[in-house]
Amino acid sequence: MWDSRKNLAQVAPAGVVAAGGPGSDGGAGASAAVARRRSGLGARLGRLFEDYGMALVFAGICVLFTIWTKGLFIRPDNIVNVLRQISINACIATGMTFVIITGGVDLSVGSVLAVVGIVTAKLLTRLPGLMPVLPAIILSCLVGLMMGGVMGSVNGFTITRFRVPPFVSTLAMMTAARGVAFLLSDGRPVWNLPLQFNFIGRGYVLDKVFGPWVPMPVVIMVVVMATAHVILTRTQIGRYVYAVGGNEEAARLSGINVARVKMFAYSLSGVTAALGGIILISRLASGQPGAGESYELYAIAATVLGGTSMSGGKGTMVGTAIGALIMGVLNNGLNLAGVESYSQNVILGAVILGAVLIDRLRKGA
Amino acid sequence: MPGEAHDRAGHAGYARHTGRTGHDARDAHDGHDGLVASADPAGHAEQVGDMEPGGPATGTNQAPHAVGAGEVGRAAYLLEMRNITKDFPGVRALDNVSFTLAPGEVHALAGENGAGKSTLIKILAGAERMTSGEIFLGGSRVDITGPLHAKKLGISVIYQEFDLIPFLSVAENILLGREPRKGAFIDWPALYAQAGEALRRLGIDLDLRAVVNDLSVAQKQMTEIAKAVSTDARIIVMDEPSATLTLREQAHLFDLVRTLKKQGVAIIYISHRLEELFEIADRVTVLRDGRRVMTAPVSEVTREQLVKHMVGRELTGDYPRRTHPPGKEILSVRDLSRRGVVHDVSFSLREGEVLGITGLVGSGRTEIARAIFGADPADAGEIRLAGERLHIRDPRAAIRAGISLATEDRKEQGLVLIMSVRENVTLANLRTLAKRGFVNRRRENTEASRLVQSLAIKTAGLEQKVQNLSGGNQQKVVLAKWLFTNSKVVIFDEPTRGIDVGAKQEIYRLMNDLAEQGVGIIMISSELPEVLGMSDRILVIHEGRVRAELTRDEATQEKIMSYAMGGPVAPPQAG
Repeated sequence: MWDSRKNLAQVAPAGVVAAGGPGSDGGAGASAAVARRRSGLGARLGRLFEDYGMALVFAGICVLFTIWTKGLFIRPDNIVNVLRQISINACIATGMTFVIITGGVDLSVGSVLAVVGIVTAKLLTRLPGLMPVLPAIILSCLVGLMMGGVMGSVNGFTITRFRVPPFVSTLAMMTAARGVAFLLSDGRPVWNLPLQFNFIGRGYVLDKVFGPWVPMPVVIMVVVMATAHVILTRTQIGRYVYAVGGNEEAARLSGINVARVKMFAYSLSGVTAALGGIILISRLASGQPGAGESYELYAIAATVLGGTSMSGGKGTMVGTAIGALIMGVLNNGLNLAGVESYSQNVILGAVILGAVLIDRLRKGA
Repeated sequence: MPGEAHDRAGHAGYARHTGRTGHDARDAHDGHDGLVASADPAGHAEQVGDMEPGGPATGTNQAPHAVGAGEVGRAAYLLEMRNITKDFPGVRALDNVSFTLAPGEVHALAGENGAGKSTLIKILAGAERMTSGEIFLGGSRVDITGPLHAKKLGISVIYQEFDLIPFLSVAENILLGREPRKGAFIDWPALYAQAGEALRRLGIDLDLRAVVNDLSVAQKQMTEIAKAVSTDARIIVMDEPSATLTLREQAHLFDLVRTLKKQGVAIIYISHRLEELFEIADRVTVLRDGRRVMTAPVSEVTREQLVKHMVGRELTGDYPRRTHPPGKEILSVRDLSRRGVVHDVSFSLREGEVLGITGLVGSGRTEIARAIFGADPADAGEIRLAGERLHIRDPRAAIRAGISLATEDRKEQGLVLIMSVRENVTLANLRTLAKRGFVNRRRENTEASRLVQSLAIKTAGLEQKVQNLSGGNQQKVVLAKWLFTNSKVVIFDEPTRGIDVGAKQEIYRLMNDLAEQGVGIIMISSELPEVLGMSDRILVIHEGRVRAELTRDEATQEKIMSYAMGGPVAPPQAG
């Protein structure tokens, strides 16, 4: 996340600082949500805090930055900017949430992202010569997503079949896949992607109607997270994800195919990492073998900030969305406030620890 | 105080207990005042003599046969536990139990599963706090505040699962936390010398450098004992020490126990093997339903008397009767085996029948159930359900075929505690509520609330987390889960363990309802009255084999207990 921001700096649309006029008090989504929460009083507020404690932390951070940046932060174009910046992390964190709910962890997502980025980028440079450009883009992306799925299922396989602890399995995958990314690209970025492909990372949906307000990565993120939310809350496999993380033995003795559930979670994590990779190469207009370094940590941080328990069995997509938002807002707000990036990392670390600590204390009480 | 000289602060994990050790002296003083006046309310054989100042008698290899005559002074006992009561929510695990131990004595503790032996030991070991009662060590009252404190007081418990660090050597384990040092470094020559000395004193022949993980069970046990003795333990509790030993190893263990006796170490010996008690123990105390029913020198009791005392359990509560006779055979098990735990088990079960399976803990009862259910699949044998041969490799196959297992450990194996009542109830059969992978929440709510109502589960609602329910209601959630699978055979493993009488009755009624609907029921239980009250037939398991099959009419508590302890296979009674 942090690194990507630096990479993106040059391609990001015209700066926050330049755009817009004063006074956007009406406020975008986040602050509106806060207003709604605030209006619910008494016991309602208490319960909301119980359920969405982290949402209040998020709201607090937003208010803080709004004041600190004298309103710059809360301007709609900046909000859109934040959403676009978090889109890749949010996609990866979605798969990560599934994995962590099962009681595991996936350290390989950053490397999977890089491999998929290189492979997809290579396909994108070759396929358009063989077929029309649009099918070529679609095919390249599909292959990329499938690769992510396969790499994730390799993780799932070693974890379920050979009982290698998830930390170790995915650490091995993280190391090996990073090497593969460099091997496949000879250590060089893959340039010259078709122009139309830029749309995925840099385009706007229906910009003729809405103007530049609905970035494609944000749309992808929302669709992915909403789908994941439905899977977790409404489907059989979603229920099993919680059951396996909550008590694996009880789940097994209830006739749940624990191995299949875990395979699903790790494969999904691979696919969402791949999706992150595709968005990233589109934003960078190139495949970078070194991309996605330490993205796994940002995804885990977002997931944990969202209230997902590292010991498994607990967590929601809403929580992960809030977690990703907190990280994005901190990043963006500190930038606006002119805090340099070394201090930003220190602050981010402190906030992750502090937020989770508050959550602990609140639940312990 | 024995062992107090040792600095055990190295055990960081226990550090929180150390703050209270200073209380001993004061407590001991308090203890003297109320001592003589209090009589033994249980009024059993043992009587409390006058306080005699001075330390405990030492070095006697003689069993305190004087017990009961009233002339043994309190201080002659190394340990006296007096009127110990322990309440758990809804259950009184120990009720006014008194227990004494003289130096050099082996005092056996006997009783059925759940009689209160473990609770008593846990209180002594500082793992549980008693609700009321007093403990005297060497005549001084002590307040055992935690495991570390108990160790400091010279009390060592050797559990069946050893407290050893698997990848350290024998010598390192013996002196764990008390390693001799040279500056900041471990003084290895001294370590081996000291550990070697500990083994020599006990006549144990073990390689000091062997890694514990590679040792046999018997060798691990010896390491554990040597560790206890090297900490100057004056009281060693052995919990089923011979359960997994071969005959030769057992003989070796007994030699070791005799050596310990000679050195004045007192031993509390827990075993289900009565023969052993007669061989090694000086006195025996029998617990039943949390009460002490007998304490006597083993030379004065017979095996039959012991068994009678152990099982003389009150037949509390009525067991609701079923009206329908069992129907045709539903489940047939032939020569079921699983290496090391289940051997050639065969039986059949009829529709509407309740088959009781009983035996001591560790006899293989649960393993039989788990093999049938596929939790730990069988190596050999044949399972037929309604005549059709099943190949059960995992629980999923069993559930789909129509076999359920309500496990004995509901928290570890039966429930996902952090999930809701609704989610737990539907977990084993969620697929019937799902269409194309999507769970029909309306139907799920309907089904779950129907089950919650029909089982009268007391919960704030369907969304209540199961961890917030009482034990009885948790157990009902487990049952609801299995009811929802519409199984033809339901295996209940200790269905009423740890739940109150009212909930027990409801669970019995539920089992009967199921039976009346033609479901075949296997009920595994340690509670003999329950087994006798509920079952049409009873299988008694001993060391993984069916020792006896009894009809409801011919079964008695004494008979079952006798078979369960490996007693002779009696010929079927005439008439």
